[in-house]
Amino acid sequence: MPIDVDVAHVANLARLALSPEELDRYRQELGVILEHASRVQQVETSGIMPLSHPLGSGNVFRPDEPSPSLDREEVLEMAPESRDGFFVTPPALD
Amino acid sequence: MNWAPVIGIEVHVELDTASKMFCGCRVSFGDPPNTNVCPVCLALPGSLPVPNREAIERIIRLGLALNCRINPGSVFHRKNYYYADLPKNYQISQFDIPVCVDGWLDVESDEGSFRVGIERVHMEEDTGKSVHVGEGGRIHTAAETLVDFNRAGTPLVEIVSRPDLRSAADARAYTQELRAVVAETGVSDARMERGSVRFDANVSIRPPQSQKLGVKVEIKNMNSFRSLEKAIRAEVDRQVELVEAGEKVVMETRHWDESAGITHGMRTKEGSSDYRYFTEPDLAPMVFSESWVQEARSQIPELPARRRERYRHLGLNPGSARVLAGSEPDLRGLFEDAVESGAAPVPAANWVTGDITASLRRRNACLGDVPLHGEDLAALTAMVSQGRISARAARQVLEGVMDGEGSPTRVARARNLEQISDQAALEQVVEEVMSAHSQAVERYRSGEKKVRGFLVGQVMRATSGRADPRAVNQILSTRL
Ligand SMILES: [Zn+2]
Repeated sequence: MPIDVDVAHVANLARLALSPEELDRYRQELGVILEHASRVQQVETSGIMPLSHPLGSGNVFRPDEPSPSLDREEVLEMAPESRDGFFVTPPALD
Repeated sequence: MNWAPVIGIEVHVELDTASKMFCGCRVSFGDPPNTNVCPVCLALPGSLPVPNREAIERIIRLGLALNCRINPGSVFHRKNYYYADLPKNYQISQFDIPVCVDGWLDVESDEGSFRVGIERVHMEEDTGKSVHVGEGGRIHTAAETLVDFNRAGTPLVEIVSRPDLRSAADARAYTQELRAVVAETGVSDARMERGSVRFDANVSIRPPQSQKLGVKVEIKNMNSFRSLEKAIRAEVDRQVELVEAGEKVVMETRHWDESAGITHGMRTKEGSSDYRYFTEPDLAPMVFSESWVQEARSQIPELPARRRERYRHLGLNPGSARVLAGSEPDLRGLFEDAVESGAAPVPAANWVTGDITASLRRRNACLGDVPLHGEDLAALTAMVSQGRISARAARQVLEGVMDGEGSPTRVARARNLEQISDQAALEQVVEEVMSAHSQAVERYRSGEKKVRGFLVGQVMRATSGRADPRAVNQILSTRL
Protein backbone atom coordinates (compact mmCIF):
# COMPACT_ATOMS: atom_id res chain seq x y z
CA MET A 1 0.00 0.00 0.00
CA PRO A 2 1.60 3.31 -1.06
CA ILE A 3 1.87 5.79 1.83
CA ASP A 4 0.04 9.08 1.48
CA VAL A 5 2.37 12.10 1.41
CA ASP A 6 1.44 15.77 1.81
CA VAL A 7 3.48 16.72 -1.26
CA ALA A 8 2.26 20.33 -1.24
CA HIS A 9 3.69 20.81 2.26
CA VAL A 10 7.01 19.18 1.37
CA ALA A 11 7.20 21.20 -1.85
CA ASN A 12 6.58 24.36 0.09
CA LEU A 13 9.39 23.50 2.53
CA ALA A 14 11.70 22.93 -0.44
CA ARG A 15 10.48 26.16 -2.10
CA LEU A 16 9.31 24.24 -5.18
CA ALA A 17 6.36 25.49 -7.21
CA LEU A 18 4.63 22.34 -8.48
CA SER A 19 1.65 22.17 -10.82
CA PRO A 20 -1.41 20.13 -9.76
CA GLU A 21 -0.31 17.40 -12.21
CA GLU A 22 3.19 17.33 -10.71
CA LEU A 23 1.78 17.20 -7.20
CA ASP A 24 -0.29 14.22 -8.15
CA ARG A 25 2.57 12.41 -9.88
CA TYR A 26 5.02 13.00 -7.01
CA ARG A 27 2.43 11.92 -4.46
CA GLN A 28 2.27 8.55 -6.17
CA GLU A 29 6.02 8.21 -6.72
CA LEU A 30 6.98 9.29 -3.21
CA GLY A 31 4.27 7.07 -1.78
CA VAL A 32 5.89 4.04 -3.35
CA ILE A 33 9.33 5.06 -2.11
CA LEU A 34 8.01 5.55 1.43
CA GLU A 35 6.28 2.21 1.29
CA HIS A 36 9.63 0.64 0.47
CA ALA A 37 11.27 2.54 3.35
CA SER A 38 8.61 1.36 5.77
CA ARG A 39 9.28 -2.24 4.74
CA VAL A 40 13.01 -1.72 5.42
CA GLN A 41 12.11 -0.28 8.83
CA GLN A 42 10.36 -3.53 9.76
CA VAL A 43 13.64 -5.46 9.60
CA GLU A 44 14.77 -6.63 13.05
CA THR A 45 17.87 -4.49 13.84
CA SER A 46 17.97 -4.44 17.64
CA GLY A 47 21.31 -6.27 17.84
CA ILE A 48 23.00 -4.32 15.08
CA MET A 49 25.23 -1.26 15.55
CA PRO A 50 23.79 1.76 13.74
CA LEU A 51 25.80 2.89 10.72
CA SER A 52 25.58 6.62 10.22
CA HIS A 53 28.08 6.76 7.41
CA PRO A 54 29.23 4.29 4.75
CA LEU A 55 32.87 5.08 5.57
CA GLY A 56 32.41 3.91 9.16
CA SER A 57 34.05 5.75 12.02
CA GLY A 58 36.12 8.59 10.82
CA ASN A 59 37.57 11.32 13.02
CA VAL A 60 38.55 13.16 9.89
CA PHE A 61 39.65 16.60 11.03
CA ARG A 62 41.83 19.43 9.86
CA PRO A 63 44.11 21.58 12.02
CA ASP A 64 42.87 25.06 12.93
CA GLU A 65 45.00 26.86 10.36
CA PRO A 66 43.65 29.60 8.11
CA SER A 67 44.05 29.22 4.36
CA PRO A 68 43.51 31.89 1.71
CA SER A 69 39.97 32.89 0.85
CA LEU A 70 38.63 33.79 -2.59
CA ASP A 71 39.00 37.14 -4.26
CA ARG A 72 35.88 39.18 -3.55
CA GLU A 73 35.46 40.50 -7.11
CA GLU A 74 35.52 36.96 -8.39
CA VAL A 75 32.93 35.91 -5.79
CA LEU A 76 30.53 38.76 -6.42
CA GLU A 77 30.70 38.25 -10.19
CA MET A 78 28.68 35.08 -9.60
CA ALA A 79 25.87 37.01 -7.92
CA PRO A 80 22.86 38.30 -9.86
CA GLU A 81 23.20 41.53 -7.91
CA SER A 82 25.80 43.00 -5.57
CA ARG A 83 26.58 46.34 -4.00
CA ASP A 84 29.37 47.70 -1.77
CA GLY A 85 30.82 44.21 -1.38
CA PHE A 86 27.50 42.66 -0.34
CA PHE A 87 25.25 40.20 -2.10
CA VAL A 88 21.87 41.81 -2.71
CA THR A 89 18.77 39.64 -2.31
CA PRO A 90 15.05 40.33 -2.30
CA PRO A 91 13.81 41.24 1.19
CA ALA A 92 13.99 38.28 3.55
CA LEU A 93 10.58 37.25 4.81
CA ASP A 94 9.95 37.15 8.52
CA MET B 1 -4.12 34.63 39.34
CA ASN B 2 -0.40 34.58 39.96
CA TRP B 3 1.04 32.75 36.97
CA ALA B 4 4.34 30.92 37.21
CA PRO B 5 6.67 31.29 34.22
CA VAL B 6 8.65 28.27 33.03
CA ILE B 7 11.70 29.22 30.98
CA GLY B 8 14.36 27.33 29.06
CA ILE B 9 17.22 29.10 27.29
CA GLU B 10 19.22 28.31 24.19
CA VAL B 11 22.55 30.06 24.13
CA HIS B 12 24.60 30.33 20.95
CA VAL B 13 28.31 30.93 21.37
CA GLU B 14 30.66 31.73 18.48
CA LEU B 15 34.06 30.14 19.00
CA ASP B 16 37.04 32.36 18.25
CA THR B 17 39.13 29.77 16.49
CA ALA B 18 41.60 30.98 13.87
CA SER B 19 39.67 29.35 11.02
CA LYS B 20 36.05 28.43 10.34
CA MET B 21 34.30 25.19 11.28
CA PHE B 22 34.51 23.39 7.94
CA CYS B 23 36.94 25.46 5.84
CA GLY B 24 40.15 27.42 6.23
CA CYS B 25 38.64 30.91 5.95
CA ARG B 26 39.56 33.22 8.81
CA VAL B 27 37.20 33.80 11.71
CA SER B 28 37.42 37.55 11.96
CA PHE B 29 35.11 40.29 13.14
CA GLY B 30 34.79 43.58 11.31
CA ASP B 31 36.56 42.69 8.05
CA PRO B 32 35.15 44.15 4.79
CA PRO B 33 32.12 42.09 3.68
CA ASN B 34 32.65 38.84 1.79
CA THR B 35 36.45 38.84 2.10
CA ASN B 36 36.63 35.65 4.24
CA VAL B 37 34.73 33.33 1.94
CA CYS B 38 35.59 30.25 -0.12
CA PRO B 39 33.82 27.52 -2.09
CA VAL B 40 32.96 25.62 1.13
CA CYS B 41 31.36 28.44 3.10
CA LEU B 42 29.68 29.82 -0.04
CA ALA B 43 28.32 26.35 -0.86
CA LEU B 44 29.77 26.25 -4.36
CA PRO B 45 29.12 22.92 -6.10
CA GLY B 46 31.68 20.20 -5.49
CA SER B 47 33.12 21.66 -2.29
CA LEU B 48 33.46 19.44 0.78
CA PRO B 49 33.54 20.36 4.48
CA VAL B 50 36.28 19.13 6.85
CA PRO B 51 35.74 19.76 10.58
CA ASN B 52 38.12 21.92 12.59
CA ARG B 53 39.68 19.77 15.30
CA GLU B 54 40.29 22.71 17.61
CA ALA B 55 36.56 23.56 17.61
CA ILE B 56 35.73 19.98 18.61
CA GLU B 57 38.30 20.11 21.40
CA ARG B 58 36.77 23.34 22.65
CA ILE B 59 33.19 22.05 22.72
CA ILE B 60 34.35 19.00 24.68
CA ARG B 61 36.13 21.28 27.17
CA LEU B 62 33.07 23.50 27.51
CA GLY B 63 30.76 20.50 27.89
CA LEU B 64 32.92 19.11 30.68
CA ALA B 65 33.00 22.51 32.39
CA LEU B 66 29.19 22.36 32.31
CA ASN B 67 29.24 18.92 33.96
CA CYS B 68 28.07 17.17 30.81
CA ARG B 69 28.70 13.63 29.69
CA ILE B 70 30.64 13.41 26.43
CA ASN B 71 29.00 10.97 24.04
CA PRO B 72 31.48 8.28 22.95
CA GLY B 73 30.62 9.14 19.36
CA SER B 74 28.81 11.98 17.67
CA VAL B 75 27.50 12.80 14.20
CA PHE B 76 26.59 15.89 12.23
CA HIS B 77 23.17 16.40 10.67
CA ARG B 78 21.78 18.72 8.04
CA LYS B 79 19.07 21.09 9.22
CA ASN B 80 17.20 22.18 6.11
CA TYR B 81 15.64 25.62 5.79
CA TYR B 82 15.77 28.57 3.46
CA TYR B 83 17.16 31.94 4.32
CA ALA B 84 19.23 34.47 2.42
CA ASP B 85 22.19 34.17 4.80
CA LEU B 86 22.31 30.35 4.64
CA PRO B 87 24.10 29.57 1.34
CA LYS B 88 23.73 25.76 1.38
CA ASN B 89 20.00 25.93 2.24
CA TYR B 90 20.91 23.77 5.20
CA GLN B 91 22.92 24.35 8.31
CA ILE B 92 25.36 21.67 9.42
CA SER B 93 24.25 21.02 12.98
CA GLN B 94 23.64 18.07 15.28
CA PHE B 95 20.42 16.25 16.01
CA ASP B 96 20.11 13.09 18.09
CA ILE B 97 23.76 12.47 18.98
CA PRO B 98 25.27 15.79 20.09
CA VAL B 99 28.81 15.99 21.48
CA CYS B 100 27.72 16.72 25.09
CA VAL B 101 24.59 15.78 27.07
CA ASP B 102 23.08 15.92 30.58
CA GLY B 103 25.01 18.59 32.42
CA TRP B 104 24.21 21.31 34.92
CA LEU B 105 25.37 24.72 36.06
CA ASP B 106 25.11 26.16 39.57
CA VAL B 107 24.10 29.80 39.56
CA GLU B 108 24.38 32.34 42.37
CA SER B 109 22.29 35.47 42.39
CA ASP B 110 21.14 38.05 44.93
CA GLU B 111 18.11 35.86 45.60
CA GLY B 112 20.18 32.77 46.33
CA SER B 113 21.63 29.82 44.47
CA PHE B 114 19.97 27.43 42.08
CA ARG B 115 20.97 24.67 39.68
CA VAL B 116 20.05 24.73 36.00
CA GLY B 117 20.01 21.47 34.06
CA ILE B 118 21.78 21.43 30.70
CA GLU B 119 20.10 19.15 28.23
CA ARG B 120 22.74 19.23 25.52
CA VAL B 121 25.66 21.14 24.04
CA HIS B 122 26.06 20.70 20.32
CA MET B 123 28.30 21.87 17.50
CA GLU B 124 27.07 23.71 14.45
CA GLU B 125 28.02 26.53 12.10
CA ASP B 126 26.94 30.15 12.12
CA THR B 127 25.06 31.79 9.24
CA GLY B 128 26.08 34.85 7.27
CA LYS B 129 24.92 38.31 8.29
CA SER B 130 21.92 39.97 6.71
CA VAL B 131 21.43 43.68 6.67
CA HIS B 132 17.81 44.53 6.00
CA VAL B 133 17.68 47.77 4.10
CA GLY B 134 14.58 49.87 3.86
CA GLU B 135 12.05 51.40 6.15
CA GLY B 136 13.43 51.23 9.66
CA GLY B 137 15.83 48.38 8.92
CA ARG B 138 13.42 45.95 10.55
CA ILE B 139 12.90 42.58 8.95
CA HIS B 140 9.20 42.97 8.32
CA THR B 141 9.51 46.30 6.53
CA ALA B 142 12.76 45.81 4.59
CA ALA B 143 12.87 46.53 0.85
CA GLU B 144 15.95 44.40 0.18
CA THR B 145 18.56 42.41 2.03
CA LEU B 146 22.35 42.75 1.85
CA VAL B 147 24.29 39.61 2.72
CA ASP B 148 27.84 39.22 4.03
CA PHE B 149 29.10 35.63 4.30
CA ASN B 150 32.20 36.36 6.41
CA ARG B 151 30.45 34.89 9.45
CA ALA B 152 29.00 31.93 7.54
CA GLY B 153 30.65 28.76 8.79
CA THR B 154 32.03 30.22 12.02
CA PRO B 155 32.05 27.47 14.67
CA LEU B 156 28.93 27.87 16.77
CA VAL B 157 28.10 26.01 19.96
CA GLU B 158 24.51 25.78 21.15
CA ILE B 159 23.85 25.19 24.84
CA VAL B 160 20.29 24.10 25.57
CA SER B 161 19.08 24.37 29.16
CA ARG B 162 16.25 22.39 30.68
CA PRO B 163 13.11 24.40 31.47
CA ASP B 164 14.42 25.00 35.00
CA LEU B 165 14.24 28.79 35.11
CA ARG B 166 11.36 30.50 36.89
CA SER B 167 11.84 34.21 36.20
CA ALA B 168 13.44 36.68 33.82
CA ALA B 169 15.93 37.56 36.56
CA ASP B 170 16.90 33.87 36.93
CA ALA B 171 17.38 33.70 33.16
CA ARG B 172 19.70 36.67 33.34
CA ALA B 173 21.70 35.23 36.25
CA TYR B 174 22.00 31.87 34.45
CA THR B 175 23.19 33.37 31.17
CA GLN B 176 25.68 35.62 32.96
CA GLU B 177 27.13 32.64 34.80
CA LEU B 178 27.23 30.66 31.57
CA ARG B 179 29.00 33.49 29.77
CA ALA B 180 31.60 33.57 32.56
CA VAL B 181 32.23 29.82 32.13
CA VAL B 182 32.53 30.27 28.36
CA ALA B 183 35.06 33.07 28.80
CA GLU B 184 36.95 31.21 31.53
CA THR B 185 37.36 28.01 29.51
CA GLY B 186 38.77 30.12 26.66
CA VAL B 187 36.48 28.65 24.01
CA SER B 188 35.24 32.07 22.93
CA ASP B 189 36.01 35.73 23.50
CA ALA B 190 32.35 35.86 24.66
CA ARG B 191 32.04 39.49 23.56
CA MET B 192 28.40 40.44 23.79
CA GLU B 193 28.77 43.63 21.75
CA ARG B 194 30.01 41.55 18.80
CA GLY B 195 27.19 39.05 19.01
CA SER B 196 29.56 36.27 20.11
CA VAL B 197 26.89 35.17 22.61
CA ARG B 198 23.20 35.22 21.64
CA PHE B 199 20.03 34.01 23.30
CA ASP B 200 16.71 32.40 22.42
CA ALA B 201 14.19 31.64 25.16
CA ASN B 202 11.31 29.18 25.42
CA VAL B 203 8.64 30.69 27.61
CA SER B 204 5.38 29.27 28.96
CA ILE B 205 3.18 30.00 31.96
CA ARG B 206 1.16 27.77 34.27
CA PRO B 207 -0.84 28.10 37.49
CA PRO B 208 1.58 28.15 40.44
CA GLN B 209 0.73 24.70 41.83
CA SER B 210 0.43 22.98 38.47
CA GLN B 211 3.12 20.59 37.27
CA LYS B 212 1.73 20.56 33.74
CA LEU B 213 3.67 22.73 31.30
CA GLY B 214 1.80 25.38 29.35
CA VAL B 215 2.10 25.95 25.61
CA LYS B 216 5.59 27.25 24.93
CA VAL B 217 6.57 30.15 22.74
CA GLU B 218 10.09 30.58 21.42
CA ILE B 219 11.44 34.13 21.41
CA LYS B 220 14.48 34.92 19.31
CA ASN B 221 16.93 37.70 18.67
CA MET B 222 18.25 38.71 22.10
CA ASN B 223 21.88 39.83 22.09
CA SER B 224 22.31 41.16 25.60
CA PHE B 225 21.40 40.14 29.14
CA ARG B 226 19.22 43.20 29.38
CA SER B 227 17.24 42.43 26.23
CA LEU B 228 16.90 38.78 27.28
CA GLU B 229 15.39 39.86 30.58
CA LYS B 230 13.13 42.44 28.95
CA ALA B 231 11.98 40.05 26.23
CA ILE B 232 11.06 37.34 28.74
CA ARG B 233 9.16 39.85 30.91
CA ALA B 234 7.28 41.13 27.86
CA GLU B 235 6.45 37.60 26.68
CA VAL B 236 5.26 36.46 30.12
CA ASP B 237 3.05 39.57 30.34
CA ARG B 238 1.64 38.89 26.87
CA GLN B 239 0.81 35.28 27.73
CA VAL B 240 -0.80 36.21 31.07
CA GLU B 241 -2.97 38.82 29.33
CA LEU B 242 -4.02 36.29 26.69
CA VAL B 243 -4.92 33.59 29.18
CA GLU B 244 -6.73 35.95 31.54
CA ALA B 245 -8.77 37.25 28.62
CA GLY B 246 -9.85 33.66 28.01
CA GLU B 247 -7.72 33.19 24.92
CA LYS B 248 -5.14 30.52 24.21
CA VAL B 249 -1.39 30.80 23.81
CA VAL B 250 -0.40 29.31 20.46
CA MET B 251 2.87 27.49 19.93
CA GLU B 252 4.95 29.76 17.73
CA THR B 253 8.23 31.56 17.26
CA ARG B 254 8.30 35.27 18.03
CA HIS B 255 10.94 37.83 17.19
CA TRP B 256 12.08 40.30 19.88
CA ASP B 257 11.93 43.89 18.68
CA GLU B 258 14.41 45.72 20.90
CA SER B 259 13.39 49.23 19.92
CA ALA B 260 9.66 48.62 20.37
CA GLY B 261 10.09 46.46 23.48
CA ILE B 262 7.65 43.82 22.21
CA THR B 263 7.73 40.45 20.47
CA HIS B 264 6.33 40.00 16.93
CA GLY B 265 4.87 36.75 15.72
CA MET B 266 6.74 35.28 12.74
CA ARG B 267 4.60 34.15 9.85
CA THR B 268 6.25 30.81 9.27
CA LYS B 269 6.80 28.32 12.02
CA GLU B 270 8.74 25.27 11.01
CA GLY B 271 8.37 22.34 13.36
CA SER B 272 11.30 20.03 14.03
CA SER B 273 10.12 17.58 11.35
CA ASP B 274 9.95 20.42 8.84
CA TYR B 275 13.71 20.85 9.14
CA ARG B 276 14.03 17.35 7.66
CA TYR B 277 17.16 16.53 9.65
CA PHE B 278 19.30 13.79 8.19
CA THR B 279 22.88 12.72 8.80
CA GLU B 280 25.38 14.85 6.92
CA PRO B 281 26.73 12.47 4.27
CA ASP B 282 29.79 14.67 3.62
CA LEU B 283 31.13 14.20 7.15
CA ALA B 284 32.38 11.06 8.86
CA PRO B 285 31.18 10.33 12.40
CA MET B 286 33.37 11.39 15.31
CA VAL B 287 34.65 9.09 18.04
CA PHE B 288 35.91 10.52 21.34
CA SER B 289 38.34 8.28 23.18
CA GLU B 290 38.63 8.33 26.96
CA SER B 291 42.13 9.81 26.70
CA TRP B 292 40.86 12.62 24.49
CA VAL B 293 38.19 13.48 27.05
CA GLN B 294 40.71 13.31 29.90
CA GLU B 295 43.03 15.63 28.01
CA ALA B 296 40.17 18.13 27.59
CA ARG B 297 39.27 17.82 31.27
CA SER B 298 42.83 18.66 32.28
CA GLN B 299 42.58 21.94 30.35
CA ILE B 300 39.66 23.32 32.34
CA PRO B 301 40.85 26.26 34.45
CA GLU B 302 39.36 27.35 37.77
CA LEU B 303 35.70 28.15 37.09
CA PRO B 304 33.72 30.99 38.71
CA ALA B 305 31.82 28.72 41.15
CA ARG B 306 35.03 27.19 42.48
CA ARG B 307 36.67 30.61 42.71
CA ARG B 308 33.76 32.03 44.71
CA GLU B 309 34.09 29.12 47.11
CA ARG B 310 37.83 29.72 47.50
CA TYR B 311 37.25 33.41 48.17
CA ARG B 312 34.64 32.57 50.80
CA HIS B 313 37.20 30.32 52.46
CA LEU B 314 39.53 33.34 52.57
CA GLY B 315 36.88 35.07 54.69
CA LEU B 316 35.01 37.11 52.09
CA ASN B 317 31.25 37.29 52.49
CA PRO B 318 29.23 35.63 49.68
CA GLY B 319 28.30 38.91 47.98
CA SER B 320 31.83 40.21 47.94
CA ALA B 321 33.19 36.82 46.82
CA ARG B 322 30.70 36.88 43.95
CA VAL B 323 31.62 40.41 42.85
CA LEU B 324 35.34 39.72 42.98
CA ALA B 325 35.08 36.30 41.31
CA GLY B 326 33.15 37.93 38.49
CA SER B 327 35.52 40.86 37.99
CA GLU B 328 38.11 41.19 35.24
CA PRO B 329 41.01 38.70 35.40
CA ASP B 330 43.62 41.42 35.93
CA LEU B 331 41.71 42.82 38.93
CA ARG B 332 41.36 39.34 40.43
CA GLY B 333 45.07 38.85 39.79
CA LEU B 334 45.83 42.03 41.74
CA PHE B 335 43.80 40.68 44.66
CA GLU B 336 45.50 37.29 44.53
CA ASP B 337 48.96 38.89 44.35
CA ALA B 338 48.15 41.19 47.28
CA VAL B 339 47.01 38.26 49.41
CA GLU B 340 50.13 36.36 48.45
CA SER B 341 52.17 39.38 49.57
CA GLY B 342 50.49 39.17 52.96
CA ALA B 343 47.43 41.42 52.61
CA ALA B 344 44.36 40.58 54.68
CA PRO B 345 41.84 39.25 52.11
CA VAL B 346 38.79 41.24 53.21
CA PRO B 347 40.25 44.76 52.97
CA ALA B 348 42.21 43.78 49.85
CA ALA B 349 38.98 42.65 48.18
CA ASN B 350 37.22 45.83 49.24
CA TRP B 351 40.00 47.95 47.76
CA VAL B 352 39.94 46.03 44.47
CA THR B 353 36.18 46.05 43.93
CA GLY B 354 35.73 49.52 45.46
CA ASP B 355 38.25 52.33 45.19
CA ILE B 356 40.58 50.72 42.67
CA THR B 357 37.78 49.84 40.25
CA ALA B 358 36.26 53.32 40.70
CA SER B 359 39.60 55.06 40.15
CA LEU B 360 40.31 53.05 37.00
CA ARG B 361 36.88 54.00 35.70
CA ARG B 362 37.54 57.68 36.42
CA ARG B 363 40.84 57.41 34.63
CA ASN B 364 39.22 55.47 31.79
CA ALA B 365 42.13 53.07 32.17
CA CYS B 366 42.70 49.40 32.80
CA LEU B 367 44.96 47.96 35.45
CA GLY B 368 47.80 47.41 33.00
CA ASP B 369 47.98 51.18 32.44
CA VAL B 370 48.83 52.06 36.06
CA PRO B 371 51.83 51.09 38.22
CA LEU B 372 49.79 49.34 40.93
CA HIS B 373 50.85 45.85 42.00
CA GLY B 374 49.91 43.25 44.57
CA GLU B 375 52.71 44.24 46.93
CA ASP B 376 51.57 47.90 46.84
CA LEU B 377 48.05 46.89 47.79
CA ALA B 378 49.43 44.67 50.56
CA ALA B 379 51.53 47.58 51.86
CA LEU B 380 48.54 49.93 51.71
CA THR B 381 46.24 47.61 53.69
CA ALA B 382 49.03 47.05 56.24
CA MET B 383 49.55 50.80 56.72
CA VAL B 384 45.84 51.25 57.40
CA SER B 385 45.57 48.32 59.81
CA GLN B 386 48.68 49.46 61.70
CA GLY B 387 47.20 52.94 62.03
CA ARG B 388 50.03 54.55 60.08
CA ILE B 389 47.56 56.26 57.77
CA SER B 390 43.87 57.00 58.11
CA ALA B 391 41.32 55.36 55.83
CA ARG B 392 40.84 58.70 54.16
CA ALA B 393 44.53 59.30 53.65
CA ALA B 394 44.80 55.76 52.24
CA ARG B 395 42.62 56.78 49.30
CA GLN B 396 44.99 59.62 48.54
CA VAL B 397 47.96 57.26 48.86
CA LEU B 398 46.27 54.91 46.40
CA GLU B 399 45.81 57.73 43.90
CA GLY B 400 49.47 58.69 44.33
CA VAL B 401 50.62 55.13 43.68
CA MET B 402 48.38 54.93 40.62
CA ASP B 403 49.76 58.28 39.45
CA GLY B 404 53.24 56.78 39.49
CA GLU B 405 54.58 58.55 42.58
CA GLY B 406 56.09 55.37 44.00
CA SER B 407 55.33 52.87 46.73
CA PRO B 408 52.58 53.57 49.31
CA THR B 409 55.16 54.37 52.02
CA ARG B 410 56.89 56.80 49.74
CA VAL B 411 53.65 58.47 48.63
CA ALA B 412 52.42 58.78 52.22
CA ARG B 413 55.68 60.41 53.23
CA ALA B 414 55.94 62.68 50.19
CA ARG B 415 52.33 63.82 50.50
CA ASN B 416 52.70 64.17 54.26
CA LEU B 417 49.84 61.79 54.95
CA GLU B 418 51.41 59.58 57.64
CA GLN B 419 49.71 59.74 60.99
CA ILE B 420 51.73 61.20 63.84
CA SER B 421 52.84 58.09 65.67
CA ASP B 422 55.27 59.89 67.95
CA GLN B 423 53.41 59.86 71.27
CA ALA B 424 55.35 62.82 72.73
CA ALA B 425 54.66 64.98 69.68
CA LEU B 426 50.99 64.14 69.83
CA GLU B 427 50.83 64.90 73.56
CA GLN B 428 52.31 68.27 72.89
CA VAL B 429 49.67 69.09 70.29
CA VAL B 430 46.93 68.04 72.73
CA GLU B 431 48.48 70.30 75.39
CA GLU B 432 48.51 73.23 72.99
CA VAL B 433 44.90 72.67 71.96
CA MET B 434 43.79 72.41 75.60
CA SER B 435 45.45 75.65 76.58
CA ALA B 436 44.16 77.46 73.49
CA HIS B 437 40.61 76.31 74.29
CA SER B 438 40.64 76.46 78.10
CA GLN B 439 36.96 77.47 78.20
CA ALA B 440 35.99 74.32 76.32
CA VAL B 441 38.10 72.26 78.74
CA GLU B 442 36.25 73.87 81.67
CA ARG B 443 32.86 73.12 80.10
CA TYR B 444 33.86 69.50 79.59
CA ARG B 445 35.03 69.17 83.17
CA SER B 446 31.76 70.63 84.40
CA GLY B 447 29.89 67.83 82.65
CA GLU B 448 29.34 69.02 79.06
CA LYS B 449 30.68 65.77 77.57
CA LYS B 450 29.98 66.55 73.95
CA VAL B 451 32.71 69.19 73.98
CA ARG B 452 35.19 66.33 73.77
CA GLY B 453 34.37 65.90 70.06
CA PHE B 454 35.22 69.55 69.52
CA LEU B 455 38.60 69.08 71.17
CA VAL B 456 39.41 65.99 69.11
CA GLY B 457 38.46 67.96 66.01
CA GLN B 458 40.82 70.77 66.98
CA VAL B 459 43.69 68.31 67.39
CA MET B 460 42.94 66.76 63.99
CA ARG B 461 42.88 70.23 62.52
CA ALA B 462 46.18 71.19 64.09
CA THR B 463 47.77 68.06 62.63
CA SER B 464 46.09 68.39 59.20
CA GLY B 465 44.22 65.16 59.92
CA ARG B 466 47.39 63.17 60.50
CA ALA B 467 46.70 62.34 64.14
CA ASP B 468 45.29 58.92 64.94
CA PRO B 469 41.90 59.73 66.52
CA ARG B 470 42.22 56.71 68.83
CA ALA B 471 45.54 57.96 70.21
CA VAL B 472 44.16 61.51 70.57
CA ASN B 473 41.19 60.20 72.54
CA GLN B 474 43.48 58.24 74.82
CA ILE B 475 45.64 61.25 75.60
CA LEU B 476 42.57 63.44 76.13
CA SER B 477 41.18 60.88 78.57
CA THR B 478 44.23 61.12 80.80
CA ARG B 479 44.51 64.93 80.58
CA LEU B 480 40.88 65.77 81.10
ZN1 LIG C 1 35.38 29.31 3.64
